[in-house]
Parts: sequence; C-alpha cells; structure tokens
Amino acid sequence: MTATLTPPKPITSGKDPRFAPTLYAHVGQDQSWTLEYYRRHGGYEAVKRAFAIGNDAVIDEVKKSGLRGRGGAGFATGLKWSFMPLNDGKPHYIICNADESEPGSFKDRYLLSEDPHQLIEGMIIAAFAMRASVGYIYVRGEYVHAAERVWAAIHEARDAGLLGQNILGSGFDFQIQLHRGAGAYICGEETALMNSLEGLRANPRLKPPFPAAAGLYGLPTTINNVETFCAATQILKFGPDWHAGMGTEKSKGMKLFQISGPVARPGVYELPLGTTFRELIFDWAGGPLEDIKAVIPGGSSCPMLPYDDKTLDTPMDYEAIAAAGSMLGTGGVTLIPRADCIVNATWNMVRFYAHESCGKCTPCREGISGWMVRMYEKQVRGRGQPGDVQLILDMSENIGGRSFCALADACLGPVLSSIKLFREEYDALANTQTPLYGPRKRWKDV
Amino acid sequence: MKGETLTYFADKQPLVADIFSRYPASPQGRRSALMPLLREVQNAHGYVSEAQMAEIAALCGTTATEVRSVMSFYSTYHTVPTGKYHLQVCSTLMCSLAGSDELWDHLVETLDVQPGEVSPDGRFSVQKVECLGSCGTAPMMQIGDEGYYESVTPSKCARILAALHADTPLAPDNLVPVTVNAEGRQTLATGEMVGASIGGLSSLTGGTA
Repeated sequence: MTATLTPPKPITSGKDPRFAPTLYAHVGQDQSWTLEYYRRHGGYEAVKRAFAIGNDAVIDEVKKSGLRGRGGAGFATGLKWSFMPLNDGKPHYIICNADESEPGSFKDRYLLSEDPHQLIEGMIIAAFAMRASVGYIYVRGEYVHAAERVWAAIHEARDAGLLGQNILGSGFDFQIQLHRGAGAYICGEETALMNSLEGLRANPRLKPPFPAAAGLYGLPTTINNVETFCAATQILKFGPDWHAGMGTEKSKGMKLFQISGPVARPGVYELPLGTTFRELIFDWAGGPLEDIKAVIPGGSSCPMLPYDDKTLDTPMDYEAIAAAGSMLGTGGVTLIPRADCIVNATWNMVRFYAHESCGKCTPCREGISGWMVRMYEKQVRGRGQPGDVQLILDMSENIGGRSFCALADACLGPVLSSIKLFREEYDALANTQTPLYGPRKRWKDV
Repeated sequence: MKGETLTYFADKQPLVADIFSRYPASPQGRRSALMPLLREVQNAHGYVSEAQMAEIAALCGTTATEVRSVMSFYSTYHTVPTGKYHLQVCSTLMCSLAGSDELWDHLVETLDVQPGEVSPDGRFSVQKVECLGSCGTAPMMQIGDEGYYESVTPSKCARILAALHADTPLAPDNLVPVTVNAEGRQTLATGEMVGASIGGLSSLTGGTA
C-alpha cells in the first residue's frame, strides 16, 4: 500500500498549468462531512499510505512536494516538520490553527464545516511524521457550525479506530481534541494561540525558543494552518510529484483563493499558485461590479496594490506578489471601489488592528490603539489639519519593526500602501476636511 | 461573593470531567479548561456572573481576578446579561463595503438598543464585531452562539427581525457560495459553472481600470 492514487483528471484554466480541485472538491456536497461519504471518496487512504512508507518518508514527501504554509507566512512545511526533535522522550504536540480571522479570509471555515475528515486525516499524517501523540484543533470561537462538524467528525474517527491506540494496526497512537477560541485576532499568532490554549490571556511569547523546542505546555509543538494539513492529505494521496507539478517554480500546488468586495461571484476558488489576479477576478469571480481602484491581495494586512494592468497580470504566488510590493498572505483578495474614500476604508482596518492589539508592547498598544486609530478618526470626522499625513508617516516609522509580534506591522500594511497610492485623497481630507469621495449608501436588496 | 451558594457545575460532574479529560492531568492542563468552562456557563445564561467566575477559578486552580482578566481579553465573553437574541454584526471592511454600517444603524434604531443594553422586552442585544470570516457572503451577522445569517439585505433583515419578534428564529444560513461538480468544475451554488475554460466567459484580455 505504498502506491499513490490516480490524481483526478485535470481541467485547464485560462492559462496552464492544468489542475483539478482536490482540497475543495467535496465542499458543499450533501453529507460531505460524514465519515461514510469521506471513505466513499478515497478518504483515509492517504494515512494508510503514510503508515506504509514510514514517518521519515512522509516528511521527505512533504518536502519534495514543495508545500508551503497556507496560513500566510509561506514557510516550507516539510522543513518545519523536520525541526521537531527525534527520540527526545517527551510528548510532542501538533496544533491546527483554525483561528481564521484575517479580514478577507474565509477558506478554512468551509474546509472545517464541509470536509473535517480531510483535516483529521492530514493531522494524523503530520502527527505520525512528527511523532506527536496529541493534536489540538484551535477553532475560533465564532465558528460554531464548523466546530460542531469537526467535533462530530472527531467522534466518528475515534469510533472507527482512526484516532486512539494503534491506529489501523500501525502501532501508532494519536488523539485529537477540539479547543474553541473566544474572539481574538491575535490567537492566529502561533505562540499567542498556545497561551490561549493554556487558558491564559493570548499574549504572544518571545521567540526563541521556537515552538518545535518549547511550545504548548513547554513541549515540542508544531502548528499548521487548516489548509496546510488538508494539502498534506492530498500530497500523501496523490504523491509529491503530482503536487510539485502544479503552481510555479517556487510556489507549488493549489491554493484556496478567496475573493470579496464588489464582484459578480465572490467566494472561494481552488486554483494553482501563479494564477493571475486577472484570471481570479474576471474568469472565476465574474469581474468587478463597479470601478475599482485598489486590490488587497491576501487579507487586510497585505499592502494594497493599484488596480491596473500590471497588478492584474501579476501571478498570485509568494514570489511574484512580494516582488510587486505585497504578500500572498492567506490568499484573501478584496477589491476596493473607486467611489469609496480610501481614508475611511483604511480607518476601518486600522480600527480592526487597534481593537485586536493585545496590549503587550508599547509600539502597538500606544502606536496603533492609541495614536494611529485616533489620527484616522480625526481625518474621517472632518477635523484633519495640514501636516497630519506626514505625522501618520512619522508615527509609522516609529512603530514599524519595533513591536513584539507582527500585529503592528500588519496594521501598517494598509496604512502605508494606501498613503503611497492615494496620497491626494489623504491630503485633500487633511487640508480641506472634505473627502474626495463622500459617504455612500451601500446596503440594498440585490 | 461571600455567602454565595449558587453553583453552576455542582450537578454537572460528568461534563466537568469530560472537559478536563481533553487536557493533560497537570496544573497547566487544569488551567486550559478555563475557556471551555466559561463557554458552558455563557451558553446557559448568556453571560458569566462573578459567582461563576469564582467557581471556575476554583475548578482551574486560579483566582477569580485571573478569570475576569482572561474574559476581558476576548470579545465573545459577557459579564453583563445579553438579550435572548444577541445580534453580532460584522463591521470590518469587507462587510462594510457591502453596507454593514447601514445594517448596524438600522438595527440600533429599529430595536432601540445600544451595545451593552438589552431591549425592554428582553429580546435583543447588539454588538459590533470584527471579521467573522464570511466575506464572500457579506454583510452578515451572527445570532447568539447559533450561527450566521449571511448576505443580509434590507428585506432579509426585515424577515429575520420579524421572525425573532415572533420568537420563531429563522435557521442560520451556512451558505457555501462555490462548490465543485462531478466533472471537477467549480460552480456556483445555483449550478452556474465558472472558469476560463468554459465558453462565453470574459477573456483574459478583458476590461481593466
């Protein structure tokens, strides 16, 4: 049982590479969340193959597949797994980060609620590779429906002998528990998540030590995003060469792209990395419904890009978006209409980060939650003054790179990019107290 | 809370044992049960009282002050009573671009309730929340700990509120906007196929800004 399954027949998107959806293939199908459905569609074959080839070979295959973390940072997954100590005699943990809360991201919710066994299978594979005995799925508190489906799937898997002692006769023991968050964006940061799991306030921890050395309860821990574990299932099922054959040279495989804002068909699309913005926005999402001025490429913390031919022809992969001055992030694309005041739109995001700042370090607590959000509020309330925009830039310089974790820098993503792209809107509002684009009525029946 | 005898978990030992069994049998593991225990109380009562904070603190081996400090860190715990229907409206950019600011104003005005209050009939409380991961079906709101109402247009909002006034809440949506059909094609929930290889859709050289 070391042979891979035959990959699904590829279809061709507007541009090659050829691909077929696998991560998202069963989302939205009747009963797709049940063990019976999952098994009927090749479920738990990948884990059998993992047991047959052995734990080191699993890590090698994940390395060879080119899979990179799908939570936003894009770190090589196989390499990350290989950081876990071997034969150290300590219990090892793996954690699934299902705290999806980056604005513009909504892919994991569907994976959790519609295909939880794909995640569980990926976690068994990962645990086997990293010699972990317990896995926690940290689901954000608001994902009630998703958490119920995951919990039911865990029980089904336990009853079927897929979790517990001696899984499928392999001699490997592994258990999964569900832990539900309670509404805090910072819990997406891996060490903050561990503190939250330990029943503490979710402040991030100093690194090093990195989680692979001292993570949850001070023990070796590896944490991956929902989509990353699901991709591991597909890699073990169809083989690393199949996965490495899709995407670009350095960004391999498929990605769940999400698109929101004024487009004809917002939603989640599974496409190869390297698909262009133009393909996603026009061919899959049906095109914008109004004149657009900016694109947020991967969740609100990724600097916005101008909506022009250059951006539209940029491939959505880790390298190309970085070269364009932003990040792939979670793959959550949002379009900002021309007629919306960019200062107001950015204020919305600044308010978000100000609300979610954990308060641990001064640059973020005072800089973002104190100064930045007030400077923006001052502008949009029509009390701006000449020099305010420069003050925002100066503040940013004193915040950027100086905070304990990445949250403050995440806030600067939309701030600095919007000032760079739409300085005239900022200046007009600060100098004349009147926005170039006034308030709009947007709530309407379709 | 001296003299307070009200306890929530006294007659729920199997539940408490089940929660503790999910974490290591150590002082740190005991502390991990804090969030699930808070959630149990809140789901039952809509908020967590000081007496119950003390009770949870004793179970987890910490102080009531610590419990309150953890609660204050997260946005979904309440220390004051909420309405029978606690409406949480997403206010972040993606929903805002779809009109969530107006949805919020509409709720506050028509229900005559401000954040932190409960409407006189005890039915409604409202809270502005940050991105709930439903950006493809914006604007949205969550009802209590039940689920999501998605793509909440004015007429849909009217239907939702009428049902709540009658104490017959509509079932949450849990919409899946895009699915994959038997041929491996991504389609809309309506069955409409999408993608460049399907005839009739816009070309790659289509319009730009």
